[in-house]
Amino acid sequence: MAQFIQQVINGLNVGSIYALIALGYTMVYGIVKLINFAHGDILMIGAYFGFFALATFNVPFGLALVVSMILCALVGMTIDRLAYKPLRNAPRISALITALGMSMLLQNLFRLLFGAQPRRMPAVIALKRIEIAPGIAISNLAIITILLSVGLMLLLEFIVKKTKTGKAMRAVSEDKSAAKLMGVNVDKTISITFAIGSALGAVGGLLYAINYYQVEPYMGMMPGLKAFVAAVLGGIGVIPGAMLGGFVIGLIETLTKGYVSTTWADAFVFGILIIVLIFKPAGILGKNTREKV
Amino acid sequence: MSLLKTEHIGMTFGGLKAVSDFSIEIKENELVGLIGPNGAGKTTIFNMLTGVYAPTEGKVLLGETVVNGKKPYQIVNLGLGRTFQNIRLFKGLTVLDNIKIAFHKDMSYTTLSAVFRGKKFWKEEKEIEIKARELLGLFNMEADAGALSSNLPYGKQRKLEICRALATNPKLLLLDEPAAGMNPQETKELMETIAFIREKFKVSILLIEHDMSLVMGICERIVVIDYGRMIAAGTPAEIKSNEKVIGAYLGQ
Amino acid sequence: MDKKVVSGYLKNITAIMVVYAIVFYLIQIKVINNYYNGILILAGIYIIVAASLNLATGYLGQLALGHAGFMAIGAYTAALFAIAVDLPKYVELVAGLILGGLMAGIFGLIIGIPALRLRGDYLGIVTLGFGEIIRIALLNLPFTGGAAGLKGIPRYVNFTEIYFLVVVVIAFLFAFIRSRHGRAILSIKEDEIAAESVGIPTTFYKVYGFVVSAFIAGVGGGALGFYQRILDPKKFNFMFSVEFFIIVVLGGMGSITGTIIAALALAFINEFLYSIDELRLVFYALTLIILMIFKPDGLLGRKEFSLIKLLNRFSKKTKIENAD
Repeated sequence: MAQFIQQVINGLNVGSIYALIALGYTMVYGIVKLINFAHGDILMIGAYFGFFALATFNVPFGLALVVSMILCALVGMTIDRLAYKPLRNAPRISALITALGMSMLLQNLFRLLFGAQPRRMPAVIALKRIEIAPGIAISNLAIITILLSVGLMLLLEFIVKKTKTGKAMRAVSEDKSAAKLMGVNVDKTISITFAIGSALGAVGGLLYAINYYQVEPYMGMMPGLKAFVAAVLGGIGVIPGAMLGGFVIGLIETLTKGYVSTTWADAFVFGILIIVLIFKPAGILGKNTREKV
Repeated sequence: MSLLKTEHIGMTFGGLKAVSDFSIEIKENELVGLIGPNGAGKTTIFNMLTGVYAPTEGKVLLGETVVNGKKPYQIVNLGLGRTFQNIRLFKGLTVLDNIKIAFHKDMSYTTLSAVFRGKKFWKEEKEIEIKARELLGLFNMEADAGALSSNLPYGKQRKLEICRALATNPKLLLLDEPAAGMNPQETKELMETIAFIREKFKVSILLIEHDMSLVMGICERIVVIDYGRMIAAGTPAEIKSNEKVIGAYLGQ
Repeated sequence: MDKKVVSGYLKNITAIMVVYAIVFYLIQIKVINNYYNGILILAGIYIIVAASLNLATGYLGQLALGHAGFMAIGAYTAALFAIAVDLPKYVELVAGLILGGLMAGIFGLIIGIPALRLRGDYLGIVTLGFGEIIRIALLNLPFTGGAAGLKGIPRYVNFTEIYFLVVVVIAFLFAFIRSRHGRAILSIKEDEIAAESVGIPTTFYKVYGFVVSAFIAGVGGGALGFYQRILDPKKFNFMFSVEFFIIVVLGGMGSITGTIIAALALAFINEFLYSIDELRLVFYALTLIILMIFKPDGLLGRKEFSLIKLLNRFSKKTKIENAD
């Protein structure tokens, strides 16, 4: 039993990171109906920014986090402006291919700039294990990860539900041209969405890097894919769905690793994606939509 | 015998009743108009008849067959052709290929025959090549056969879409706002085309249209719906003087 | 069959044999050395797999990001078959390739039936996930040789074999696409709802096109095993799938000759830029993005390149000039 609770705690830890990343996928999908393949790489970029802030400039963790969030928000907005905006009205497959190209570009650009060798993340948070019950421990890092993620998700929920910007985001995701007619600045709203999604991705990336002690150019791919699975599982385009999906995927992954097999855990996650898409393509919290004739 | 008959069909989208209790019967060689204000549920009715949506209530009968829940292509095979409100051509393909695709069900050669270019392949391909060109010829479009369909002028795109629907050899043709976006001259030509189709192909036609001169000018029978319900049915003259209809259009 | 068709066939066959004879001769006299011969063979495999992907993406319009997975299934099936049995070379080769294709096709069916009911972008993710599952499975299954790779595969593929395999695959695809089945597939890419409304069973053709695509990718994978003699599961990763994707996009979505040209070009570029891999990939990535923004149908678009037409045009021109 103790082992099970321990696994659940670990699962919530990873899951909260997946949830943060999944939010970026889901927000962008909700507003421009694009699977932003490059979002996983935003996570990598966020981790690199954090790494340089921490290891090269020795700034405190909080500041590194904020810097990384701001820079990633700018990167996200720039990517949208340069690569996605020209294709807003193009066939979806063209936009998807562009996103794929962007993902490749970011990975290999960082590899070109900083080498393929993983770099060791400095231990910014002195690791402490807190025993809560016999055989069950939670690290201070895990507590920070979970609290920070949940806090940011609540903040996002507040922004989307209660602020004017959030209202504009919801309006644009419902109907772009109607929102425009109502005086919403559609391009600006899309930019803000990319900025917020990327900033959350940066936090996810930095936390991921700290949890696994390293940064490298391809580190965004696997967590990015799993976060995408989480977004689909929860219902893509639905913000609470992404959070739920993130935690579910985190739990499934750690439980599979703990009880079934370490090597098959990733296959298991993708297997779940396929099963979800077969039986409930709209995801747990999603609505079914169909093309208008 | 009736070609199409619906019995109290209705469609509900998550609590919203788009159409309810709609019954209609169309016989051979009839031309029926379906009119109503915007959002009255006309296109939803078309989508139920053609299998895009399965009605949540009632029955749709094509001839003797109940077609509820059948796929759109199966309904096409039972003799129901359609066009769309916002023209849906295969834009990147030639005019001729647009028509040939609609002849798909008239051919039966297998993949094997296609790959080895068997006798059946050549025979059937030659047949539909001739049939497709003949069909285009009837609409004075044989010269456009090799053109990309997206390069045709608007009026011809409409005509091609009707032509393509006719290639499926329908007994009943559904036209969804065929005159939308046309100028009076084009509308006049369209009326002639519709008359010609009835004459030549012996099909019945059910059409949705906002252009009253067209509807009143060619339809023998008109059905009016509002808020998803049928509010009137009759000859053009009857409809013109029906108070409910006038009310629906003037918003009373 | 009329005369024009027959003469077209004869011209094509002649062209195919002439090209074969020239390249074969160049290999014999070592103008094309072993190194370049190897690249040519790899290019042939690229052509096969990329052409199969073009069927799924360029013609059918479905985003498929897991073709390395289908290739891997074909490769391992063919290789395990050839290792297990003891038959004459060409029997093992042909049977192995067909078995590999069939197995990939079966997986294509299993994955395609549920995934193709969904909108296109989901298919991309499902195939991507599928590719990853296959890679992980190959690393961990007891009969695949695991991370060390599958060794001891006979070398059955050389220039001649791959050349004619490419010819067969390309001829098949051309014949398939220029038939009622091919037109049905094209109509789905153009407008699925309209296709259904003129009597095309769209779900059937989506699955059918996808399965045929998976089959051919499996055959290509089989050929890879029979050439390399060793299969490394790590090779069949997402990036490998993406490379075929780049070939298709570059050559033109809906152009088989475009795929052939792009595959040949990329096989050589890959070799030359191998030492600066990251630069090569940056270059590919930029190409993809810029192409999508400025020329979304790829370089050749839907056009097919025809040597015969080119020759005809040339000879006509000279005739006119001579007449003057």
